[in-house]
Amino acid sequence: MNLFDIIGPVMIGPSSSHTAGAARIGRVTRMLLGEEVKKAEILFHGSFAKTWEGHGADRAVIGGLLGLAVADERMRMSRELAAEKGMEYTIAPTNLRDAHPNTVIITATGMTGKQVKVQAASVGGGSIFVQYLNDMEVGFSGERTTLIIQHRDTPGAIAQVSQMLAWAQMNIATMRVFREDKGGRAVMALELDSVPEDKLLMSLRSMDAFANVTLLTKL
Amino acid sequence: MDHSVKSLLQESDGNIVKAARDWQLQNDIHAKSAEELDAYMHEVLGVMRDSTVKGMRSDLRSVSGLTGGNAYKLMTAVEAGKTAGGSLLGRIAARALGVAEYNAAMGRIVAAPTAGACGILPAVLITLQEEYGYTDDQLVDALYVAGAFGLVIATRASISGAQGGCQAECGSAAAMAAAAIVYLKGGSAEQSADACSFALMNLMGLVCDPVKGLVEVPCVFRNVGAISVALTAADMALSGIVCPIPCDEVIDAMRQVGDAMPSSLRETGEGGCAGCPSMCR
Repeated sequence: MNLFDIIGPVMIGPSSSHTAGAARIGRVTRMLLGEEVKKAEILFHGSFAKTWEGHGADRAVIGGLLGLAVADERMRMSRELAAEKGMEYTIAPTNLRDAHPNTVIITATGMTGKQVKVQAASVGGGSIFVQYLNDMEVGFSGERTTLIIQHRDTPGAIAQVSQMLAWAQMNIATMRVFREDKGGRAVMALELDSVPEDKLLMSLRSMDAFANVTLLTKL
Repeated sequence: MDHSVKSLLQESDGNIVKAARDWQLQNDIHAKSAEELDAYMHEVLGVMRDSTVKGMRSDLRSVSGLTGGNAYKLMTAVEAGKTAGGSLLGRIAARALGVAEYNAAMGRIVAAPTAGACGILPAVLITLQEEYGYTDDQLVDALYVAGAFGLVIATRASISGAQGGCQAECGSAAAMAAAAIVYLKGGSAEQSADACSFALMNLMGLVCDPVKGLVEVPCVFRNVGAISVALTAADMALSGIVCPIPCDEVIDAMRQVGDAMPSSLRETGEGGCAGCPSMCR
């Protein structure tokens, strides 16, 4: 915790966990999709399911999906903004087992038909935690600059990434790797101390083993 | 600095503003210079000021429709001389209500320390500036003082209603504001600590009981009560009254009270005001 967590953050009300956190989850989903959202299915669980209307969690998630920043004043008008931009969405309550009380599941489809499914929790003070990515258990907050790489579980995949980051003189702060089965789908989450250049991202994306490379910048 | 008021007073050598700035420079990896921190704090102050204006609209309504427009009523009554508490208290009260209602209406606010208690610091600072002519630089310094005390409270106790009840949110904000008022009025660092203690004492045990789980009732009205606590706590300290209990012990007591609070009174929307029959329909 630092001084600007006490005097701050600047945010759109009314609730850091129900509004600011919800907006962040929408924004992370938009980043993971990597393109404009055409259609979104939003499922609210727990406290979200009970209070999403009053807390504007729906408007916050939609605003985030539209790419609005957490402190953007257009957040309260995001439903109208979505209509303007032709983004369709559905919202419904759900009941999950063993999930954090403020959990949302978003299935977002992009302009090109690309799809991403994110399950994330708003864990307090506007912070979030992504628990599932495309039905695979993961765990990252996106609080720092984070590289999310979806890949196949093959020998050398991690070495390739760390080698390329080393060439670019970039330091890895933390790193977690998740996988479904041996040789199956896997995800790397790397928190970085600096922001990688587009060139590096492009070379990472050109590697056969990597199905998807996303950069989560500060939310 | 962040672990106790005692060390804050010792290490700062009377200059809490400098201590807070230095602490942030050491502990925030993104912080590059004191000028940069000050620039950000000025931005924060700008958002606070803006929210005191926008919260005053007569047609303001929250998403649920439970609150909004009350700050306008209060300010109008204060300006017409219809209230009992005088102009300064009335204006601070109206602005605290306004910012809190603006938050409920999905307005842009500064969580200080939380969104639920966001009306207290802006209302106090902006109105004292109006009354006594403080510069923005002075208000920014006052925010550092408030932040330093808030940091100790957050470290030793809590600033989360779900964890410590409303004493942790409106209570902490009132304590931070009281310390800031003392600073602006030229009091000593020790007097800021006393003001912080007096405010916490007065709001100790306050439960978090949001109706329908929303940050509205009683939250927005409690922001108003908290400003009167902040103001009177600061005045006691400024007059030279010394709090018999050290500030750190008051903060620790607040933590213990929070721990002893049943879950129904910690932001679950079950007990207290939230449990009132007419609010459960």
